[in-house]
Formats: sequence, structure tokens, C-alpha cells
Amino acid sequence: MTNKAAEVRLEGIGKRYGKIEAVKPLDLVIEGGTLVTLLGPSGCGKTTLLRMIAGLEQPSAGRLFIGGRDVTLLSAGERNVSMVFQSYALFPHMTVLENVSYGLISSGFGKKDAAARAEAALETVGLRGYGARLPSEMSGGQQQRVAVARALVLEPAVLLFDEPLSNLDTRLRRSMREEIRALQQRLGLTVVYVTHDQAEALAVSDKIVVMRNAEIAQSGTPEALYARPENVFVATFMGEANHVRGSIETITGDAAQVALDALTLTLPHRGLGNGPCDVVIRPEAIRLSDSGPGITGQIARATYMGAHTEYLITTPFGELFAIHPDRLYRRRAGSAVMVTLDPEGVVLVRP
Amino acid sequence: MFFGSSFFFWVIAALGTLILPWHMQQDGVSLATLIGLGAEDVEAASALWQALHFGRFWFWPLIAALALALPGALPFGSASTRGRVLIIAGSLGLLSIIAQGFAIGIQGWNYPFLEATFGELQDRQFGVGLGGALSFIGFLILLTDGLALRGYFKGDRFISGAVGVLIACILIFTAWPVTTILTQIFTPQGDLGVADAMAARLFDRKIWGLACVSSTANCGVFWNTLVLATSTATAATLLGLCFALIVTRTIFPARRALRLLTVLPIITPPFVIGLGLILIFGRSGVVNQLADSLFGLQLGRWIYGFNGVWLAQVFSFTPTAFLVLIGVVEGISPAMEEASSTLRASRMRTFRAVSLPLMLPGIANAWLVVFIESLADFGNPIVLGGSFGVLSTEIFFAVVGAQQDFGRAAVLAGIMLVIALCAFIIQRVVIGGRSYVSLTGKGDVGLPTPLPAPVRRFAYAIALPWALLTIIVYTMALAGGFVRVWGRDWTPTLSHFQRAFALEWSANGALIFSGGAWHSLFTTITLAAIAAPITAALGLLAAWVLSRQRFVGRTALEFALMLTFAVPGTVIGVAYILTYNLPPLEITGTAMILVACFVFRNLPVGVRSGVAAMSQLDKSLDEAAVTLRASTFRSLRTVVLPLLKPAIVTALVYAFVRAMTTVSAVIFLVSAQYEMATVFIINRVINGDYGLAIAYCSALIVLMMAAIGLINLLVGSRRLGRRQAVAPIGGRA
Repeated sequence: MTNKAAEVRLEGIGKRYGKIEAVKPLDLVIEGGTLVTLLGPSGCGKTTLLRMIAGLEQPSAGRLFIGGRDVTLLSAGERNVSMVFQSYALFPHMTVLENVSYGLISSGFGKKDAAARAEAALETVGLRGYGARLPSEMSGGQQQRVAVARALVLEPAVLLFDEPLSNLDTRLRRSMREEIRALQQRLGLTVVYVTHDQAEALAVSDKIVVMRNAEIAQSGTPEALYARPENVFVATFMGEANHVRGSIETITGDAAQVALDALTLTLPHRGLGNGPCDVVIRPEAIRLSDSGPGITGQIARATYMGAHTEYLITTPFGELFAIHPDRLYRRRAGSAVMVTLDPEGVVLVRP
Repeated sequence: MFFGSSFFFWVIAALGTLILPWHMQQDGVSLATLIGLGAEDVEAASALWQALHFGRFWFWPLIAALALALPGALPFGSASTRGRVLIIAGSLGLLSIIAQGFAIGIQGWNYPFLEATFGELQDRQFGVGLGGALSFIGFLILLTDGLALRGYFKGDRFISGAVGVLIACILIFTAWPVTTILTQIFTPQGDLGVADAMAARLFDRKIWGLACVSSTANCGVFWNTLVLATSTATAATLLGLCFALIVTRTIFPARRALRLLTVLPIITPPFVIGLGLILIFGRSGVVNQLADSLFGLQLGRWIYGFNGVWLAQVFSFTPTAFLVLIGVVEGISPAMEEASSTLRASRMRTFRAVSLPLMLPGIANAWLVVFIESLADFGNPIVLGGSFGVLSTEIFFAVVGAQQDFGRAAVLAGIMLVIALCAFIIQRVVIGGRSYVSLTGKGDVGLPTPLPAPVRRFAYAIALPWALLTIIVYTMALAGGFVRVWGRDWTPTLSHFQRAFALEWSANGALIFSGGAWHSLFTTITLAAIAAPITAALGLLAAWVLSRQRFVGRTALEFALMLTFAVPGTVIGVAYILTYNLPPLEITGTAMILVACFVFRNLPVGVRSGVAAMSQLDKSLDEAAVTLRASTFRSLRTVVLPLLKPAIVTALVYAFVRAMTTVSAVIFLVSAQYEMATVFIINRVINGDYGLAIAYCSALIVLMMAAIGLINLLVGSRRLGRRQAVAPIGGRA
């Protein structure tokens, strides 16, 4: 199909229910052949946004283009998108094969042709020979694959996932997300993926759109979001982060001299001016030693986690959550440590 | 695809406008009279032919609308332009159909100002027929298609069409009749002017009089109705609560059997209880005869009047209250009561301080439900009321009696409507928001606390004798069909059944249904069987639209639909004959009016069972179908409907059963040709022919039981258990 892997463009798309704004008017471009995650806490509007792309909700403002075609007024079936639901939404009264060929028959394929294509799709997700079963006779992971096969078989311009892994256990979740990513790359699909799990988002995405309070907080590659969050919310939502207050002393070129009590760091100033500032420190950027440079801190709590150890450290500029990767470095609560910061894991943000 | 496309509905509209006879045909439509284009008689002609050949210029706007709609109905050009064209043409078509229908009646212009403008019309029109109806449907769908093309209703034609059809149905079959009856209040009477006539009717002493307070005279019907409904509701709620507590909170051995009580009101024609009471307490009833022969006491006619009606209503409606209250009592989380008992409260204190307050909104709800039922009840007051009149019977006598005073009937119906709507609004708004019964689906662990001993004894003392009495009343009511003349000649006989259901062979060997009841029984079954699928389909459609779709005006539609449920049957009955005995919709005396009445009286059944079933069904299932490119209609047909099978069967059978047992509305609508079983029975009762009436009733009850048994068999045989447990269709998400 020619319109496979189409670009999705949202222009001023917004949704309000009476007085409540579920999604404030926003612009977003999802490039063809990429996997974009909508990430955010519950109630941030990410699912509403996805459902508007799917055509299950009607936007109250703006226009939506898929592959350059204005689809704002089209119904879900006319948009050449398909969706994998959180609950899978497999039809319980139809067999797996009937489920997978359902969309094909809706689109006008003959019974035989539809069945052949459905078989092929089942094979793609590793479920060859399961066609005659009822969904209730399969495990959660298998049901998930059927749901993916059912969406995939239509060769949609855009494939939508609404928290597809939230009903699976941790281990299965990890392998399924790898599979989805591999499938997307192999077939070159455009995928929009909703999740509230930042680790999942980091693992699968080409681009992540972090949402908060019905608007986009920041969007970018996983690396960009983790290393250069724009604000405190994005920083703390994308992985563990310590938020402390510092002060910018001088700015020269792109670099700013930032003072955190007795520590001074050179960081990109990111458009901020002199004076008090918000600083985000990743736990793994905190270096601990018994003696050496840095400022003195006191271990308030130490938690042994097997592969690494987590510390809560009281310092003059606040409590810090730190991860020490060395299994052999073990210190008790109450002991004093010297703290330095790796500038790679420290970033200036807006409040 | 031609079928179901916009063009298809344009063809329908065109067929109705250009070809088919526009007006209703006196002798029905036959193949020969199907083509109204070129007909010789103006009344048999199509709209186009009437305009062309007979100079009926008022059809030209309609024909113009049809021509205008054609480019919009064809799938060429931009959606938004097509949408605009269809909206304009569709509205124009509908408006011109409605306008011409109302403007010109059987005596020419219906409104003096039209006559003043256009001059006297030497012409007249009868009711809308096949052509008009098809044309209306066609233009309606073209209009909703236009709205969908413009992006309303998520751009979905099926949803906009469904909403359009529902709105049209509500407007035509509820809003219009109710408005008509209310305007009847303003008709002049005799030589009184409009205002005087209205005042005379509205402030009639027969309605508002309070003579009974100080003397033995009767009070006004308003007070009668109010006192009756209040006392019935109170007694039935108390009894219902006792039954509910016994069934859910005690280890009473026969509590399963008690649950059977809930089925009774569904299968019982509304006056059977009244009959049973007459056979026990009436002048020749068992009790009176015994009292007379043993003690020489004359108990007289005490059963006729308030006492009897009240007693019969309490018998009839206790099961209803019971049904509501079982849900309420079961809905109280055992955890609350267990918490109370761990906080060192005695059982009595737990019941008084925790259980009862939690049940209170539910109890109030049951009270209002019974209040409304009692208000609308017609069967019991007509059988037992005697000179004790209530609103429903007074309306009946105002219409069918010697006075034929529709103005009076309208005033009484208006009063009844106001009371019903008040009770209904209190129920929805005040109590609906305050229910403590939580249906989150989270499994409540814990056992219901047993009742405190005094409460248990009280419940037993009240409920068990009543249950016994109910059984006796039913037995008596049914036994009456098997004796020659109740109270005088106790010889067992089947003659009543024979009179009702006799079969004979004619000379040439054909079977003759010679019994008196066959005609009405066949009519009833036929009409109920026609009405049931329509009721179920419309009800489920409404339930689906309301519970699954979000669109502008959904709340308004929901409210309108709920209001139509609140209109008492008697009001609907009078309203229907008033509205539909004149053009544009002239269906009084036909089977159509009865079917319409059944459908719109029983729609709540379909809607409720649909909503309940739909809430059990994960919403993402139909969304999945839609994203899989199924049209909305296909997703409804292949996904929602198969999963709703039990609800469909239930809705079908209940709609059928209720259509067969209803009496309040249809008593106004029957004609010699279309007589209903219940009306036939009532007439036998009024004539004192109890034997035949009872024989007929028992036949009906057996028929109903068979129908109910059939649903249980059909629904029960469906394998659901395992699928429901694993697949995410349960309501526990």
C-alpha cells in the first residue's frame, strides 16, 4: 500500500468537555515511520489525544492530517488507522482468526483472501496455528499479540497503541515492548503509543511527547528528554531526579557558572540569566567518596538493592537521592561522605 | 453500495412523493392502488400528481425540496457542500410535509388566518398515508445525513440517523399527543367562553372538593387519588421491605419461593387481584357467605370503594416494591455492618444506625415507584372503585360516558400528568443523586449481618400472613373460572372455558374458533407480536445511543425519553385518540394506533434492559470494531448485538408480555375490529360475568408464564460462564 507509514499532523487540535479542557489546542507532527510515545501521568490528556487521532473522539478545535489528507471530519473507519486497546477488546464471541480477519472483511476483502492474510498476520506475531481458538482460551500475552495482529493486518497508515502492556506482568511487559519495537522497525510503521511508564517510553520511542495538564510539556528524543529536560516536571517524570535550588554566578558564551553551596559547576545556561535557578541532578551523577574533593554530606538512609545501593544524603543544598553502582561500596546511615557532581547528569531547568 | 446510502433514502423520498398515493387509502393499499401517479381520484394520487393535475399547489415546496436534495444525495462533490445541501433540502422537505398536513384538514384550511390569506379552499385532505410516511422518513434521513456530513455526531451517518429517528418518534408519539391533550383544556364548553369553561373545569368541586372531611359525601377525585396513592405506596413499601429483609437477611426456609413473588406483577393482568378480592370479600364472596351462614352477619359492600381499591393495589404493587428493595438491601456493603459490629454496636443498633439509614434513599425510591404505579392504575379502581372515583377512572368516564367531555378529560389528565411528573422528577433528581448503593463491581467480602430479633419477628409477622393471603387471592381468582356461579352455584364446570375458547368443526370440515375470546386473543397476540420487536429494537437503539455515544444534545434526548416514561397510561390513551382522529395522522381505530401505544408505553423496558446489558460490555469492544473499519452499523450488528443476545430476548419477551397485559391506555384505543384481551375481560367484569373473565385471565396467565419460562430457557442455555470470566467483557474493569 502506498500510504503506508504516513505522517500525522495535528494543527491546533484541542478537546473540551463543557468547561473542562481535556486537551488544550496544540500542534504536533509525527513523522512517517517513527514511533512516538505520548507520556504523562493519568488525566494529562494523552489518551484523549490518541483517541482523537483514532477518530473515536471529535476534536473541539483544530485540524488533523494523516498522510497529508485532512481527516478531521472522517470517522474512525475512514482514517486508515488501527488501534490496539488497553483491554485488547478482542471480540469474545469470535475465534482468533475471525477477530483478525474482521477488519479485512469490513474493508471489503473476500472471506478466503481475508483468512489468508489473517493467517499471515498471526504468523508475524508468532501465533501460527492459533486461529481456531477463542480469545478466552489464550494467555494474556497471546491475547495481546492477537490484538496487535488484528490491527497490523490492515496495513494501516498509523498504528495506535493505548497503554497496550498495562495488563501484563513485568517480565512479559519487557519482552512484548521489545517485540512491538522490532515489528515497528521491521515494517517501517508509523506508531503512536500511549503510556504512563517512562521506562517503557524510553525503551521503545523515536520521540517522546511528555504531556501535563492537557498540554505538551516537552517533546524530543529519549536522550534529549532525559539529559536536557526543559522543566522540573519533565525532569522528575523522566526517571529519578533531585530538584535543588542554586544560583548562576556568571555567564560566558553558552556556559554558566552555577554555585551549589560550596560546589561550582559549569553547565549550559539554556537561556537563563544570572541569579537563583532550578537545578536537576540525576542520582547516578552524584559521586561519593570517603575522602577527596567536594562538599561534606551525611548519609541519612542506605538501601541495598542488589546490583547497586541507594543513598539518601543530607547536603547543605538539600537532600539528595543517589545511586552508587559499585556493589562493594557500602556505607551505613550516619556516616559522612564527600559529594561531587558529574556535570553530565546535572542540568539547569525552568521551574 | 446502494442500500442504506444517501441516494437510497432520496429514492425512498422520491417514491413517497412522486409515485405512491400520498394520503391514507380508505380500503388499505393494494397492488392496484400502489401507483398514485396518474390516479383518477385525487385522494389516491401521489403528491406530484395532486400538484400537477389537481392544482394542489401546497405540494410544490415538497417537490422542490426533493429536486434540491438530489445533488446532495449523490456521492460527488465536497462533503461540506453536500452536507449543506442535504440539511437545507431535508429541513425544507420535512417542514413542507408538516406544514401542509397541519394547514389543511378535512374541512379545508385548519386555521382562520390561512383562510383569510388564501381565500376559502374548496378542497380537503385526509390523513397522511404510505407516500407521506415514506417521504417523511426519506427527508428525515437526508437531513441527518447532511448533519453527519457537516461533522455533527462524529461525522457518523448511522448515529445521526438513529438520533433523528428517536427524536422524530418522541415528538410524534409522545410530545405531540401530550401537547394536544393539554390544549384541550382551553376548548369552550356550551355557551361558556374559553376562560370560563377552563375555570369551571379546573376548579370543579368534583376534583378539589373536601366534603368527605366533614360529611359522608365523596371528596374530589384529586384527594381520592392522592390519599389512595400515598396509602398504597406506604403499605406496599413496608411490606416490600419486610419481604426483602426476610429474603436477604434471614435463613427463612422458603425464601427462594418468596422471590417468585417478583414475577407476579409482570404476568398478571392488572385487575386479577381485584377479581380475586371480589370473589372473597364481595357480596357473594366466600367470606360474606360464611359470615352469613355461620353468624347471620351481613358484611355488605365494604370491599367496593377505597378499602377494596387500596387492598387490591397493595396486593398488586407489593411485588414491585419488593423487587426494588431486594436490590437496595443487597446493595448495602456487608463491610459497613461488620465495621459497626466490631465497633461494639449491638445488632439492633447496627440496624438502626447503619443499615436503615443506608437503605433510606432506596426505600424512598420504592415508595415513589409504587406511588406512580398507583396513580396510573386503572384496572383495580374500575373493578372495585364503585362510587369512589380516582383520576384514571374519571378520565375514562369523561371520555366514554354520556358526557363525552374531552375538556374535562384533558383537565384531569393534566392534573395527573403534573402529579406524575413531580413524583418522577423527585425520584430522578433528589433521590437518584443520593443513592448509597455502590455498584463499583469491587467484590465485597463479608457476610450480611443477620437481622436483630425484634426486627426479624416484626418482618415475619407482617410478611408471612400477607404472602399467605396473596396465595389465597390468586387461588380464588383462578378457581372462580371453574365453578358455575360463584357464591350461588358451586358446581364445578368448564363451561366458562368453553364459552371463551370453544372450537367447532364447520360442515365442510374447517375449524371454527367459535369461543367468544378467540377474536380478542388473536388480535392481542398479533399486535403484541408486532409491537414487541419494534419496542425491543427502538429501546436497544436508544440505550445504545445514550450509553455509547457522545453528541451535542444527548442529555436533552435522555431527559425527553425519561419524561415520556413518566406519562401515565390513561393520559396517553386519551391523548392518542384526541391527536390521531384527525389528519395529518389519522390512525384512530386502526391496529397502528394500538401498536404505537404498545411500543411507546413499553419502551422503558427495552431501554432499561439495553442500558443494563450495555454497561456490562466493555466499551472498547465497539470502538475496536469501528477502528477496524466496520461501519457503525456493522459493529452494532456483528459485535454489540451478538453479545447482547440475552438482553434482546428479555426485552422482546417482556415487551410482548406487557403489551398483552396492559389496560390503562388501550381501553381508549380499541375498536370493534381490534379488541384487546384485557379490554374484553374488563367489559365482562363490568357486566358481572366473572366466570368468563376469570377463565380468560387464567388462560392469559398460563400464556405469560410460558413466555417467561421460554426466556429463561433461551437465555439460560447460552454458554457464557467461562468466556465471561476470562475475556474482558465483564463489568469489573
